[in-house]
Amino acid sequence: MNAIRGKTSFKTAHLLQACPYLTATRSLSTSVQLHAQVQTKSKKTLAKPGVKNIVLVEGVRTPFLLSGTTYADLMPHDLARAALQGLLHKTSLPKDAVDYIIYGTVIQEVKTSNVAREASLGAGFSDKIPSHTVTMACISSNVAMTTGVGLITAGQCDTIVAGGVEFMSDVPIRHSRKMRKTMLALNRAKTLGQRLSLIGSIRMAHLTPELPAVAEFSTAETMGHSADRLAAAFGVTRLEQDEFALRSHTLAKQAQDAGLLSDVISFKVPGRDTVAKDNGIRPSSMEQLAKLKPAFIKPHGTVTAANSSFLTDGASAVLIMSEEKALAMGYKPKAYLRDFVFVSQDPKDQLLLGPAYGTPKVLARAGLTMDDIDVFEFHEAFAGQIMANLKALDSDWFAQTYMGRKVKVGAPAMEKFNLWGGSLSLGHPFGATGCRLVTTVAHRLLKEGGQYGLVAACAAGGQGHAMVIEAYPQ
Amino acid sequence: MFSYISCRTFSVAPAMSARTHVNYEVKEDVAVIRMNDPTSKVNTLSVQMQNEMIEVFNEVLANDAVQSAVLISSKPGCFIAGADINMIQACNTSEEVTKLSQEGQKMFARIENSPKPIVAAINGPCLGGGLEFAIACQYRVATKSKKTVLGTPEVMLGLLPGAGGTQRLPKMVGIPGAFDMMLTGRNIRADKAKKMGLVHQLVDPLGPGLKSPEERTIEYLEEVAIQCAKGIVNKKISLTKEKGMMQKVQDYVMGIEFVRQQIYKTVTAKVMKMSKGLYPAPLKIIESVKAGLEQGPDSGYLAEAQNFGKLAMTSESNALIGLYHGQVACKKNRFGVPERPVKNLAILGAGLMGAGIAQVTVDKGIHTVLKDTTVEGLSRGQQQVYKGLNDKTKKKTITSFERDFTLASLTGQLDYSGFEKADMVIEAVFEDLNIKHRVIKEVEAVIPPHCIFATNTSALPIKDIAAASIRPEKVIGMHYFSPVDKMQLLEIITTDKTSKDTTASAVAVGLKQGKVIIVVGDGPGFYTTRCLAPMLAEAVRLLQEGVDPKKLDALTTGFGFPVGAATLADEVGIDVAAHVAEDLGKAFGSRFGGGNVEVLKTMVEKGFKGRKSGKGCYVYTPGLKSKDVNPDIEDVLGKYKLTPNPLVSSDSDVQYRLVSRFVNEAVMCLQEGILNGPVEGDIGAVFGLGFPPCLGGPFRFVDTFGANKLVEKMKRYEEVYGNHFTPCQLLLDHAKDSSKRFHK
Repeated sequence: MNAIRGKTSFKTAHLLQACPYLTATRSLSTSVQLHAQVQTKSKKTLAKPGVKNIVLVEGVRTPFLLSGTTYADLMPHDLARAALQGLLHKTSLPKDAVDYIIYGTVIQEVKTSNVAREASLGAGFSDKIPSHTVTMACISSNVAMTTGVGLITAGQCDTIVAGGVEFMSDVPIRHSRKMRKTMLALNRAKTLGQRLSLIGSIRMAHLTPELPAVAEFSTAETMGHSADRLAAAFGVTRLEQDEFALRSHTLAKQAQDAGLLSDVISFKVPGRDTVAKDNGIRPSSMEQLAKLKPAFIKPHGTVTAANSSFLTDGASAVLIMSEEKALAMGYKPKAYLRDFVFVSQDPKDQLLLGPAYGTPKVLARAGLTMDDIDVFEFHEAFAGQIMANLKALDSDWFAQTYMGRKVKVGAPAMEKFNLWGGSLSLGHPFGATGCRLVTTVAHRLLKEGGQYGLVAACAAGGQGHAMVIEAYPQ
Repeated sequence: MFSYISCRTFSVAPAMSARTHVNYEVKEDVAVIRMNDPTSKVNTLSVQMQNEMIEVFNEVLANDAVQSAVLISSKPGCFIAGADINMIQACNTSEEVTKLSQEGQKMFARIENSPKPIVAAINGPCLGGGLEFAIACQYRVATKSKKTVLGTPEVMLGLLPGAGGTQRLPKMVGIPGAFDMMLTGRNIRADKAKKMGLVHQLVDPLGPGLKSPEERTIEYLEEVAIQCAKGIVNKKISLTKEKGMMQKVQDYVMGIEFVRQQIYKTVTAKVMKMSKGLYPAPLKIIESVKAGLEQGPDSGYLAEAQNFGKLAMTSESNALIGLYHGQVACKKNRFGVPERPVKNLAILGAGLMGAGIAQVTVDKGIHTVLKDTTVEGLSRGQQQVYKGLNDKTKKKTITSFERDFTLASLTGQLDYSGFEKADMVIEAVFEDLNIKHRVIKEVEAVIPPHCIFATNTSALPIKDIAAASIRPEKVIGMHYFSPVDKMQLLEIITTDKTSKDTTASAVAVGLKQGKVIIVVGDGPGFYTTRCLAPMLAEAVRLLQEGVDPKKLDALTTGFGFPVGAATLADEVGIDVAAHVAEDLGKAFGSRFGGGNVEVLKTMVEKGFKGRKSGKGCYVYTPGLKSKDVNPDIEDVLGKYKLTPNPLVSSDSDVQYRLVSRFVNEAVMCLQEGILNGPVEGDIGAVFGLGFPPCLGGPFRFVDTFGANKLVEKMKRYEEVYGNHFTPCQLLLDHAKDSSKRFHK
């Protein structure tokens, strides 16, 4: 299928915009690429006969802020509303022109468990638009997007708003199970005597609160601990991790200063100032980074607070449409959303290896090789996790032993990799990161003139996701 | 980064070539000493290992380029499993053993006083001499792997930690902790060891990376240990640990002589109560610890070495070491690899036995079907399996997720659906030949041709059960002991029609379930039940002769049985005992007589079925540990009262009447070919029936006690009671010729 697709009819359209593929302008240094010229290339398109072309029309996000800062007094749906309103504003989309709204989130606020619905109502969308919420840890908004893709492919919808939100400034902290049991029994108690005896049964132990689990349920291991073990398993050194973290922050700062992060909308926070920038980007020095003590495995671990992503508040939103509909409504799409895969592995020892498993699989589906990809956007949960994934992708032994492949696909070229920063520096609001990755790929393809982009991410539960994105002919 | 390390690494190749067990390389300024015994699956402190270690140690000390050392095993999953037992067994006098101990002490004293710090990097078992080696090092790093266990199991071999363990442990983990470790011999997992202060640092096992997880984990352990070694040298890591408040208080309290004396007293009393004074090792351990703490290290080390020498020459140690070797032998499948592994196992009957079998099977990666005929029976069984796993969750040996995941392999059902996929069916239905026949026919109608039919019965001959089978070569007996999750023994019974592959498969399943296995020939009561029956018959006679159940229990436990004869009858169930006594009585005739079966039958009629019915020889009150003699049993016994003969009724005679019948029957099983050999006979008796471990089993008992002395006693009893005490031919042969021995 793939071979046929590559060689036939769909090639011609792009030949018109054909232009030499200039690799020479790309250098190895971290500061490049920000001002690369727009070029398009003569690669095949990934459209499949009989399958609708689905396009990303626009993508936006609120500034990603360290939790506990300016957003501290909001609620999750407030952030999602801001992203939705930003999308409406940027696209001039009529408020009733959407068929369905899907949001991804991880830690759910119990009052707004279907945060998609509360946010879309609050953002002023027509109340006739159904909306639902999905969850799949750090790839929740990827699921929101692919759910939308599925609805369009199935012919059920033409216009989808997908997004993600995470709000770590406030998380549900529960009463203990004992206390809850007593309180529920109190509800049912009929006489004063019964009530008094229940109240009398409350002990100090009842009052211990229950915090949301930071650990994997199946293994009881925290993610940072697992990341440290993963880094050790792949022989990733502390130095490599600190270097990657520094790279992420440096690139993010450059991108921010150059105004490349155009998906960020400004947001007037009620009672506070207007925020327009991510506030977690902090380029430091290797000396500073080297001073930090390991955060999870003590004393010999390598994962520190500085080479891990931080707790973040933020929301994102994208407008996804069938190509015909987008064109009919007069939009100029940014990119095609092409093949995608979800993968899952052992949540204990391979918790964060989603990209290593997802990348070869999605490339095979799309009939592409690593070299075909112009833009990589991988979710950076931990610097050690990224380095481990890169090493896994570059290992024949790993490919053969754990993926049943004959050879490795190879690691992505660093000069194409996360050039505008990543989750380590921009921040990582769990549920919202997926849309940021996809939007960034689309923007980078436009800016850098590449044709294919690849998104890959890991998620709690040992799951992962990868998607191929194709530039929309300009 | 890696090339950076490797270019500063040079290995000491010429020295390595001569040595086979220990070698070392210098990484920067750290000597990495690697142990690997190429002749065995595990590392032991053999003569060869020790000699090479001393050689390497001398070189490391002399090497000016070396500042510190790391001691690590390059054998996957094993640090040092202990000293080489054969080394001790090769000695003929206690002086020789004392000398061995002193050499060990000397070597570890040198390690302890090494001017260059040595870090022990532990992955896998670190036991006995291995632990003593590790605690002589300046620092210990251990992996958090489930395989990593630390302990001093010497006491279980009737010995003591003889290379400084009794002297170093109290200082390291405190007096109570040290006694607990050395007197129980239990294995301590790495995380617990860290809490106790036995190891300084833990390393997590790694998952898949660019190498196999095992390989990379050892490499990582080595990297961390090297960091530690360097840290000690450049004073980043302090060897004198900061003491917590609790520790200071404890140290102060232990500094008071009166308190220490109280501890010795309490521990000694506890040991005497548990061991009835039958095991010398625990007392010698206490003695050695005391000598070191009260009279100083010189006396302590001397006492340790001398006591070690004395213990090595005791019959108890000999018996326990024999059991250890036997246990190792019974954990092997001498029938080879079965043609197809059992992946789907079905169990019929969700009673105590059936559910118990399910419990030990389901967590071994075998899909298990538990079938019963009623929802109530099935739910009870499922709850038993759940409880077994949940208790492990509470003890934190498994996570709640592992519990749930394991339970996902258990299917409870009332019908035969899915039996077409079964590789083996174990039936644990009621002990009635007709029911067993009906079941075997029903099952054979639904199972695939390769499926094995195993029957869990304690007395019915397998060939009688197999008579209803259309493929007797696939029928085998698997006799589990209750409670299945606690009792280690599995007695597998083959008929002359059972195929070798069927046996191989049954043994393979048993081994997977973690059992110690004996494979015996078919016959009424097989081996274990057949040995137990005459002893219980004798116990009943003793009750009839007016011996109080409590007295009877005291005499049997005083001989070394973990459970007294009267209590044992209650545990087995009086109804079961009656059933077995009657069946075997029919099969073996008057030889199995003694006590009147009617005693048991009357008890059953009155509802005294043992612990399960709340009343038997004793009255059991739920929640109460102590039990009183059932007052109503007087009437029953009164009805069948016998007059004791004072010539054979002394306390000692009572003990030997019980034991000699047991032992004689065991020897007869060997004589008749029911048993494959004395090793399996000893293992079956000790692990299945609680024959005194300090005696090493009936066969070793005959060797040690003397067949002639036993026959002499039996002849005396024979005069009074007749053929119940007639010694069998094999026993007589051994009595006649004292050079004949069952072991060696």
